[in-house]
Amino acid sequence: MSSDQISRDETLHIAHLARLAITDEEADLYSRQLSAVLAHARDIGALDIAGVEPTMHAVSMRNVMREDVVADSLDREEVLASAPSSEAGMFLVPRIMGEE
Amino acid sequence: MSLEDKYLITVGLEVHCELRTATKLFCGCANVFGSPPNTNICPVCLGLPGALPVLNRRAVEYAIAIGLALNCDVRRSVFARKNYFYPDMPKDFQISQYDEPICVEGYLELPVAGKRVGIVRAHIEEDTGKTTHVGSSGRIQGADFSLVDYNRSGIPLVEIVSAPDMESAEEAREYVSELRAILVATGATDGKMEEGSLRVDANVSVHRKGTEELGTRCEIKNLNSLRSLGRAIQYEARRQMEIVEEGGRVRQQTRHWNEDQGVTSSLRSKEEANDYRYFPEPDLVPLEPSSEMVELVRAELPVLPPARRAALSDLAGGKPNRSELEQIGTCIGLDLDGFVSSAAEAGLPFKLALSRAANELAALVGAGEALSPEAFVGVLKAEDSGRLSATQAKAVMAWLAETGGAVEEAISALGFVGLSDDEVGSLVDRVTAEHPNEWGRYMAGENQLAGFFIGAAMKASGGKVNGRVFSALLAGKRESAQS
Amino acid sequence: MAIVDMAAREIASAVRNRELSATEVVEAHLSEISAHDREVAAFLLVLADEARHRARSIDEAIARGEEVGPLAGVPIAVKDNMTLRGVETTCASRILAGWRPPYTATVVQRVESAGAIVIGKTNLDEFAMGSSTENSGFFPTRNPIDLSRVPGGSSGGSAAAVAARFTPLALGSDTGGSIRQPASLCGVVGAKPTYGLVSRYGLIAFASSLDQIGPFARSVEDAAALLSVIASRDPMDSTSLGVGFDASGIAEGVQGMRIGVVEEMLEGVSSGVASVLDSAIAALEAAGAAIERVSVPAARYGLSAYYLIAPAEASSNLARFDGVRYGLRVEGEDITETYLRTRERGFGAEVKRRIMLGTYALSAGYYDALYGKAQQVRTLIARDFAAAYEHFDALISPTSPTVAFRFGERSDPLSMYMSDVCTIPSNLAGHPGMSVPFGPAENGMPAGVQVLAPALREGVMFRVAMALEAAASEAAVPEWAKAAGSGGAA
Repeated sequence: MSSDQISRDETLHIAHLARLAITDEEADLYSRQLSAVLAHARDIGALDIAGVEPTMHAVSMRNVMREDVVADSLDREEVLASAPSSEAGMFLVPRIMGEE
Repeated sequence: MSLEDKYLITVGLEVHCELRTATKLFCGCANVFGSPPNTNICPVCLGLPGALPVLNRRAVEYAIAIGLALNCDVRRSVFARKNYFYPDMPKDFQISQYDEPICVEGYLELPVAGKRVGIVRAHIEEDTGKTTHVGSSGRIQGADFSLVDYNRSGIPLVEIVSAPDMESAEEAREYVSELRAILVATGATDGKMEEGSLRVDANVSVHRKGTEELGTRCEIKNLNSLRSLGRAIQYEARRQMEIVEEGGRVRQQTRHWNEDQGVTSSLRSKEEANDYRYFPEPDLVPLEPSSEMVELVRAELPVLPPARRAALSDLAGGKPNRSELEQIGTCIGLDLDGFVSSAAEAGLPFKLALSRAANELAALVGAGEALSPEAFVGVLKAEDSGRLSATQAKAVMAWLAETGGAVEEAISALGFVGLSDDEVGSLVDRVTAEHPNEWGRYMAGENQLAGFFIGAAMKASGGKVNGRVFSALLAGKRESAQS
Repeated sequence: MAIVDMAAREIASAVRNRELSATEVVEAHLSEISAHDREVAAFLLVLADEARHRARSIDEAIARGEEVGPLAGVPIAVKDNMTLRGVETTCASRILAGWRPPYTATVVQRVESAGAIVIGKTNLDEFAMGSSTENSGFFPTRNPIDLSRVPGGSSGGSAAAVAARFTPLALGSDTGGSIRQPASLCGVVGAKPTYGLVSRYGLIAFASSLDQIGPFARSVEDAAALLSVIASRDPMDSTSLGVGFDASGIAEGVQGMRIGVVEEMLEGVSSGVASVLDSAIAALEAAGAAIERVSVPAARYGLSAYYLIAPAEASSNLARFDGVRYGLRVEGEDITETYLRTRERGFGAEVKRRIMLGTYALSAGYYDALYGKAQQVRTLIARDFAAAYEHFDALISPTSPTVAFRFGERSDPLSMYMSDVCTIPSNLAGHPGMSVPFGPAENGMPAGVQVLAPALREGVMFRVAMALEAAASEAAVPEWAKAAGSGGAA
C-alpha cells in the first residue's frame, strides 16, 4: 500500500473527481481523517494474499438475463415534476464547458 | 517530396454500434429512434435512486453474433462501472465492460486493400442520453444552457475496437464499410450512420518513415459518415505531420471533427487526465455464455459478406481486379449479390451482371426502388443478345423498378421493340441512299463510317434500330454490292 | 392488552377474525406516534391519511369476505431509503428533500400486498451511513429506552419506532450492521437476511454488494413472519436468489445443535455486554445446545475491508445526486460549478467523508492495493466462516460491543466505525445474521445477542433466536409505557 498520508493536493484532486466543493480547511481535515482510516486499513495491506480470488458478489449466480420484451415507461410529466428545471419535455441544465 | 511521402499514418478505429433490440440494455423501455423527448424512460434508464439493471438476453445474443462474425473468441465477461460526471449520463457512471469484455482477438479482412485488420475487443455497454446545447453561438463552448433527453440512455451498444492496423484514410473507410456490411448482415444493427446507429471514433498518429517509434495519437470524435471519416483522418494526419516537421510534439488529446470547416479542433478539457475509477458493477452478475448459447447464435448467423464475396469472386473465374472488388463490395453492402449470381447462373457474362448490379441496381436501391432478380436477368438477357442497347437496358430497368411488370411489357412501353430484319434492311437502303457520298467512301473501305450510318439510322427510326443488326446488314450490303 | 403492545401476528389474526378493525389498529398506533414521537423523532414522515385510507379499504375487503393477506391491518414503518410512489423519499439527506419517486420498491409492494399498512417513513443516518442516526440530514432520533442516548443506526428510526410501540413491524436495511446494531441498542429483534434473499429494487443503494433489507419486530416470530413476506424472487433485481423463506419449524428448539462463539468478536466488548453473552450461552446450553469457542481469523480484517468496499461503491452510487434530474440543485456558472455546489450543500459531513474515501480507494494507482485487496479479504472471510460451519450449525456473538451511547459521545469517525465490528463480517460474506434482545446490560440499557448462520440457513438462525428469546429477561420498554393503562386506545 502507498503511504498512509494523503496530501492536501491529493485531497483536493479527489474532491474534484467526486465533484465536491471543499474549502482549504476542509481539505486539511479530510486529509487527516482519510489518512487515519487508511492507516487502520494497513492491516490488510500487510496480508500476503496474492492469488486469492476477489469476491465481487456474495452470490455466485451467472447469466441473469431478462427477455427482450417491452414494458411500460414512466409518465414524462411525473418525472419532470421532480426536476429542478425543465423545458420542452427535457431536463434543463446550466451550460456545459468544453467537457465531452 | 511531399509531407505525405515522408510519414506513415497509423489509424485504429473504435466503432459504436447500436443494437436492434426491442428494448434497452437493462430495462424494458422501447429501443426506438425519434420518439418525443423523455417518453421512453423508466427508473432504470433514468438512473433513479433505488433502480437496478437487468441484462437483456437479446443484446447478449447480438454481441455474440458480432463476435462470431468478426472471428473473435467469445468468453466470460464482467460489467464494470465507468465513473465520470456528465449530464447525459443519468447515474454519472456508464455500465460497460472493461477488463473482461465478451469478445476478444478477432479480425476483419479488407478485400480491396488486401489486408487483415485485428479486432482487439468487442464489448457491450449502454448508450448515454442526448444533450442539446442551446445558446447564442450554437456551439458546445459558450452555450447558455443545455437540454437533456434520456430516450437514448440505456440503448444497447457494442463497441468494436480495432488494432491500429490501418495506414490510410482509404483503409479506414474500407474497414468501416466492410464492418458495417458484416454488422448489418448479422441483424444486430441497422447500421444507419446518419441516425447514429453506427458511430466512429478514430485514433490517428503519424511517424516519420524509417523510424520505429510510433507517434502520439489523437482521438477524433463526431465522424458521422464515411466521407467525414476519410476527410478527418487526412486533415488530422497532415496537422500532426506539420507539427512534427516543425520540431513540435503532438499532444495526446481528444479532437472534434467539424464537418463544415473541414478541421479537427481540441475539446478543451479542465480535466486532462481521466480517472474513470472502473470497478465491477455490483448490481450485475458475471456473464458466461455457455457453449450451447454460442452455438445457437452461430447456427442462426446468415452467410456473411466475406463468404458472399468469396462466392462472387469465384463466379468471376479468377482474381477480381480492384474495380470489380469495389463493385462486389457495393453489391454485398446493398444485398445485391443474389442478383449477380442469378444472372451468372442464367449463363450471362459475370462482368456485365456485376456492373449493372453495382451501378444501375445500386442507384435504384438508393432511390428506394426495387426490381426482382428475374426481371434483372430478363433485361440482361435482352441486352446480351443485342435486342437492347446498353442505354435501353438501363432505361428498362428503371421502368421496371418503378412500375413493376414483365420485361417485354417494359420494352414495348418504352418503344424499344426492335425492328424486324427486313425493316432494318430497308433502313440500310434508305440511309445509304440519303448519303451517297458517305456510302461511296464506305464502299471504298472507310469502315469507321459505319458509325455514321448507325447514327443516321437511329435518328431515322427514333432509336429503335438494333445497332448490331444494322451493322451486319450494312456490311452485307457492301459485300453484295462489291461481289 | 393495549393494541400497541400486540404482536403483528396477533393483530393480523384479530383483524381477519373481525375482533379488531384495521382502522382501530391504525388509530391506536397513530395516537401513540402523536403522543411520543416528538421526543423520539423516529419518523421523517407519518403517513396518517394514507394509512387511514388503506385501513378502511382493508376493513371493507374483510367485510366483503376477500382474502387480505397474512399481515392484514398490521402497521409497518419503512426506512426512508425505500421508495413508495408519490411519497417523499429522502434517505435523510437534504440533497433528496422533496423527491417523490415515481415508483414503489419491491419490498414495499410485497408488504402492502400482504395486507400491511405503511404508517410512515423512518429516520436514518444520511444514506444509511452511520451507527447512531446522528448523521440524519434533518434531526437525530432518540433511543426510546433512554432519550439521552442514540438508537444506533443507520436504521435508528425503524428500530426506535418498533421499540417505542409506534408500530409492531418495520423495515430496515443493513450494509454493515445497520439493522442489527440499532436492534441491539433499542432492545428489539432485527434480522439481516442472506444477500439476495430480499429484493433491493427500490432500496436507495449505499453499497450495492453489501446492502440487504430485513425486518424489525418485538418478537422473533414476528420478524420471521415479515421475512417470509418479503423474501422472494424479483426479476427486477439481478442478484435476487429466487428463493423464499419458510418460517415453519423455527420453534423446534436447539436440542443437539452445535453453536460456536466467535472469538474475534469478543475483543473490546463492555463488561455488561460480555455478561449478557455469558447468560445467553448458559441459556442455550440449558436448552440442549453444545457451545464452544471458535475462531474466524479473517473476521478481524472485516472492518478494514468494509471501510474500503462500502465507501468505494457508495462514491459511485451517490454520483447521481448531481442536481440534474431530481432533488436539490444549487445553480452555478456552468454544469461543473452546479455539481460542485449542489453536492457540497446537499451532502452531510459523513457522506462526503465516505465519498472521498471511496473515490480515493478506486482511483488510479490505488485500486489493487485498496479495493482489490479488500475484495480478496471477503473471500478469506467467507472461507473462514465456511470452515467454522463445518463444525457448527450457527455462531453467536455480541451484536454490538457496547450498549447505546449518549449523543455526541463518539465524534471521531473511527471510534464510531468500531460499533460495527461484530456485524460487518456477515455482510462481507453475504450470510444472514440477526440480533435478539437479551439485556439489560450497563445502565439498564438493552443489549442483543447476534446469531449468525450460513447462507440461506435463516431457519437455523431463527431457531437459535427463538431459544434465546424464550430465556431472555423481560423486554425493555419506554418510560411512558411502564405507567399502567397508557397503552394507547385499547
